[in-house]
Amino acid sequence: MNSIALKELLYKMADDLLIIGHRNSEWTGLGPILEEDIAFSSMAQDKIGQSQALFQLLHELGEQEPDTVAFTRNANQFHNAQFLELPNGDYDFSLMRHFLYDVADQLRFEFLANSSYEPLAKVARKIKGELKYHVFHANTWVVKLGNGTEESKARMQTALNEAWNYALGMFETSEFENDLIASGVFVGEEALKKQWLDTIAPIIEKASLQIPSSNTWAPVFGGRKCKHTEHLAPLVDEMSEVFRVDPSAEW
Amino acid sequence: MIKSLDPRITREQIEENNSIEPLTPMDNWETYEVFHQKKRGDQHMHVGIVHAPNPEMALLFGKEQYGRRNITANIWVVKTANVFACEYDDADMFETTPEKQYREAGGYKVMEKINKYKKAQKTV
Repeated sequence: MNSIALKELLYKMADDLLIIGHRNSEWTGLGPILEEDIAFSSMAQDKIGQSQALFQLLHELGEQEPDTVAFTRNANQFHNAQFLELPNGDYDFSLMRHFLYDVADQLRFEFLANSSYEPLAKVARKIKGELKYHVFHANTWVVKLGNGTEESKARMQTALNEAWNYALGMFETSEFENDLIASGVFVGEEALKKQWLDTIAPIIEKASLQIPSSNTWAPVFGGRKCKHTEHLAPLVDEMSEVFRVDPSAEW
Repeated sequence: MIKSLDPRITREQIEENNSIEPLTPMDNWETYEVFHQKKRGDQHMHVGIVHAPNPEMALLFGKEQYGRRNITANIWVVKTANVFACEYDDADMFETTPEKQYREAGGYKVMEKINKYKKAQKTV
């Protein structure tokens, strides 16, 4: 089994989780209502914890300690999809991103629960349980708001339109796709994307929203190859600020 | 504008001295009482409330408010409006109950009898 391919897979998953976990944590204290603020913050914590589990797997494969990897890299060393580094915008965009990303993430971990790389399969089995709630939360909100008032429906549709091409960018393929598929580690981005499209379609319909028509699709790639928007560097600086004050401190 | 030590608050550029508008009816969602079950088969314990527009979202919020720490097997939610209680003014109904010790089960020494039987079985 190609360890470079495996590490690349783990890095992109862990970076996705770390970056979106941080973005979602920016809503803490500013959420629309108390219960929702707590739920969203709690899920952000979950995501950062999940990224730590994956960084731990990377550490066992020879990479540095999770804290070092998470908080001392520069923005041009991160492998997250650009979708996740975009600013939070209003709650409508954040919820739509939460929906589009979390469904993909849950499907990814469902596939990985059967991975031939047993340590990852083990982690995946634990994580997919947590994601059940994240997806339930996202589905509930998207459907409620899509069917709410004129304003809520318009906002959700706009958010979906704005998010769509970035969301497609989550499935940027790696040069090692065939290795990962052949060795049974992962079914590959194409299979994941197909499953994702099939899964979100009925919920988008239930929410009375519309997916942009396929002749307008233009996936935003680059994140997996460490090419990022101007939004990632400030995020990484702020996220790493406390750790970098004293990287050797005991917490 | 509010200037906080936390940059995430400062960059929202929130005005100081926001006038607080009085709440209108239905401004807040109604409340649901939340009951938490630690292990399957245990009694549910009342743990607090959540505000929600319907039972589905009450469960959604209840899980994160009250099920995010320690062990949870399940959560019940019941509309506060569906909870019926006695009036505290009628508290004198309960006044003489502590005196009625003949109603207590403390005299039912079943464990003693069980242990006695077990001991007897061993010596057979």
